[in-house]
Amino acid sequence: MTTRTPTTDATAKAATAPAPPIVPLPPAAARAVTVAGSAVAFVGTFLAWTWTDEFPGNLTVTGYPGGLQVLTLVGALLTLLFVLSGYGVRGLGWLTPGGTNSPVLLTALGVLGTTGYAMGAISQELGGLVNLEPGAWVSGIGALVAVIGALGLPADQPYDADEPHPGLWGRIRHSLTAPEPARAKDLPSWAEILIIAAGFGIGLYVFAYGIGTEYSELFVGFLIMAAFGFTAVTRAGLLRRLSALTAKHRNVTLAAAFVAAICFPFTQSNDQFALIGANILIFATVALGLNVVVGLAGLLDLGYVAFLGVGAYAAALVSGSPQSSIGVHFPFWAAVLTGALASLIFGVVIGAPTLRLRGDYLAIVTLGFGEIFRITMNNLNGNSGPDVTNGSNGIPNIPDLKVLGFDLGVPHDVLGHELTRSGNYYLLMLLFTAVVVMVFRRSAESRIGRAWVAIREDETAATAMGINGFRLKLLAFALGACLAGLAGTVQAHVSYSVTPEQYQFAGSVPPNSAFLLAAVILGGMGTISGPLIGAALLYLIPAKLQFMAEYQLLLFGAALMLLMRFRPEGLVADRRKQLEFHDTGQLDVPDDKPLPDGATGVAKAGA
Amino acid sequence: MTTTAPTTTTVLDATDVTMRFGGLTAVRSVDLTVNSGEIVGLIGPNGAGKTTFFNCLTGLYVPTEGKVSYKGTVLPPKPHLVTQAGIARTFQNIRLFANMTVLENVLVGRHTRTKEGLWSALLRLPGFKRAEEASRERAMELLEFTGLAAKADHLARNLPYGEQRKLEIARALASEPGLLLLDEPTAGMNPQETRAAEELIFAIRDKGIAVLVIEHDIRFIMNLCDRVAVLVQGEKIVEGPAEVVQADERVIAAYLGTPFEGAPGQEEAAEVAAAEAHSTTEGDDK
Repeated sequence: MTTRTPTTDATAKAATAPAPPIVPLPPAAARAVTVAGSAVAFVGTFLAWTWTDEFPGNLTVTGYPGGLQVLTLVGALLTLLFVLSGYGVRGLGWLTPGGTNSPVLLTALGVLGTTGYAMGAISQELGGLVNLEPGAWVSGIGALVAVIGALGLPADQPYDADEPHPGLWGRIRHSLTAPEPARAKDLPSWAEILIIAAGFGIGLYVFAYGIGTEYSELFVGFLIMAAFGFTAVTRAGLLRRLSALTAKHRNVTLAAAFVAAICFPFTQSNDQFALIGANILIFATVALGLNVVVGLAGLLDLGYVAFLGVGAYAAALVSGSPQSSIGVHFPFWAAVLTGALASLIFGVVIGAPTLRLRGDYLAIVTLGFGEIFRITMNNLNGNSGPDVTNGSNGIPNIPDLKVLGFDLGVPHDVLGHELTRSGNYYLLMLLFTAVVVMVFRRSAESRIGRAWVAIREDETAATAMGINGFRLKLLAFALGACLAGLAGTVQAHVSYSVTPEQYQFAGSVPPNSAFLLAAVILGGMGTISGPLIGAALLYLIPAKLQFMAEYQLLLFGAALMLLMRFRPEGLVADRRKQLEFHDTGQLDVPDDKPLPDGATGVAKAGA
Repeated sequence: MTTTAPTTTTVLDATDVTMRFGGLTAVRSVDLTVNSGEIVGLIGPNGAGKTTFFNCLTGLYVPTEGKVSYKGTVLPPKPHLVTQAGIARTFQNIRLFANMTVLENVLVGRHTRTKEGLWSALLRLPGFKRAEEASRERAMELLEFTGLAAKADHLARNLPYGEQRKLEIARALASEPGLLLLDEPTAGMNPQETRAAEELIFAIRDKGIAVLVIEHDIRFIMNLCDRVAVLVQGEKIVEGPAEVVQADERVIAAYLGTPFEGAPGQEEAAEVAAAEAHSTTEGDDK
């Protein structure tokens, strides 16, 4: 008690003193150096970076940036914009409602990262630094100068009161933080809707660019630039502004996201990339279904992929495939209902005995049931059991779907754009994703959803509130299973065949149970966009970086550990999780007022 | 047959409740009734079986022997059915839904009094919105009643201790109970908070809800309760008005122990005290 007053004084002092920059430069000079550096890096992208077009992307043409050069160019441009906004240039202030200097540093680091990676990749693949043309050096040195300049900019916020003198590492980390932006002025609602649309447009463009990267060097460069750029945009407070708008216009946001997603297959002329899109949607939809079970009801299900398998097998059996043991051909809607119903029944049958268990026990038992499904499908081959599934050969030759006379198997011309087979399935799957999003959203915001969350929080208290724990857990389990089954029916048709090996606990190709769970946790439990983003990343990165397939699980594990260390609430956090893991100042503690002198005196006398 | 006193009906009637865990008898044939409009206290030293008895009443445990009936019907041994029947409870160690908001906590309490199922939520049937709004309104009323309305959007975990206790009561009240069971509602509270809790419990009684309360704080319980039952080692030894219980020898013995053979009488005790006072003053002089 006696030391309280002095500490408050000290924290007050620390709070007012601005944090010094890491590189001691006057702010004006630092700014000028950053501008100069990024301008040089920008100019460098117009020069040739190497002499031969053996390096993919053709970086040899002067005056026409290509491949990795474009990424550096975009990054340098972003850096310039952020610095100029920091100068207070009129019309750019909206760019940095939150931090001004940390976004500059982040984008500068991104430029340095991509340029440095490009230079490294060129010299490694072509054999030596000599293969670099001056343009690469210009950009590289420009990026380095920009980073040094950005390190000279003062930090956006004073040091934490509880750590007033951090070490070098602490100072670097601190220079990357930024305060939250203030509340934005209310714009007319059409303007806000336009901003949301523009946000989703940019998001779609970045995503489509990432999927459409033709070679892995470009994808790595894209990942570096996207990660730094995204963090910069977050630090600048733009993301917070945008999410405030999306929270205000939720239906508009959903519509915009949906429209952006519809536009995706039209941006891809290559069927292979559209197929990646369709597979991402399948993976994401199943992850969202799992989110009902894990995120809302808190039931750790490690065998969830089995429900996808049940849906897929059911759809395959009634698809009219010549190898199907049931020689029927259901129309599409009936096949979907069959798949969903089969999964639902399977979910209830598995859930009824297992949901009496809690926590770790449930996880182990569901893991077991997931494997039982796969092994059973393997054994129903005519030798070990009745011939239903052709064993490990699976059910191949699943014919393409025809929906309302529209053959999904052949390309179609829509408004002058060719929609490939994968594009067709992508759009069909998108419809299912929309249904699942709606189911998730509506059930979460209801009496049932609240009861699920209550069970997750404290099951004993929930039952004492009159919630029939077992019934509601079974409901969540069955609903999750049904949604996965829905996705499974489309998956069977997209991939032409179903085999037991597609539905493992862990494997190199998503979706499998481990990756599904990882998508939910990585993205953010209990949110809608979280599992969608998590699934997209988890599918896209291995699909694009084929060369590191051997190390995939290792890298995956490392990424998960880093994420759990630095962002335990997942990439997308709902407000609840944000409050759970981080102090955001919303604690209901009254302001820390220094005690009156009298109180101090009494305490001293007492001591 | 009309009497001058308001017709009191028996809300809770526990007869001959016995709970054994293996060889240990935690509660031994306890009878207890709670009438409408009454606040009944249940006291006893640590480990007397109070909370076990509570758990038997609320269906968390199934009593080995005996039966519990609420307003004339025997209660099913499932907690959620007990709540549905009209008995709500709070917990000794606060068990809120920590990561839900204050309002959501109370809305969960409304679970048994609303019916909207999954289909209604998915299809947003016409009744859904009306039921949600009614629930919200009722929950806000309860938050006003307990004085938490201003914090409706805060996470339950961020409430200070005393308010968490209040929220637990508000949540229990949301299930529109006829009987409220409070398990040590003032544990860890300072005197002001205890007084506020006392007033809240009186206000709940005035709403026509019978209250059964477990407590350690004798002063609190003596102020509050119309009737007090004392549980010692799983057995009910006394039941009656507060003054009677307070004066009962067996109760005193249970809390303070019985005087043993050759125990210091009052004179010896006074002598000892005097000697101690003398020695401390001497010590100060040196």
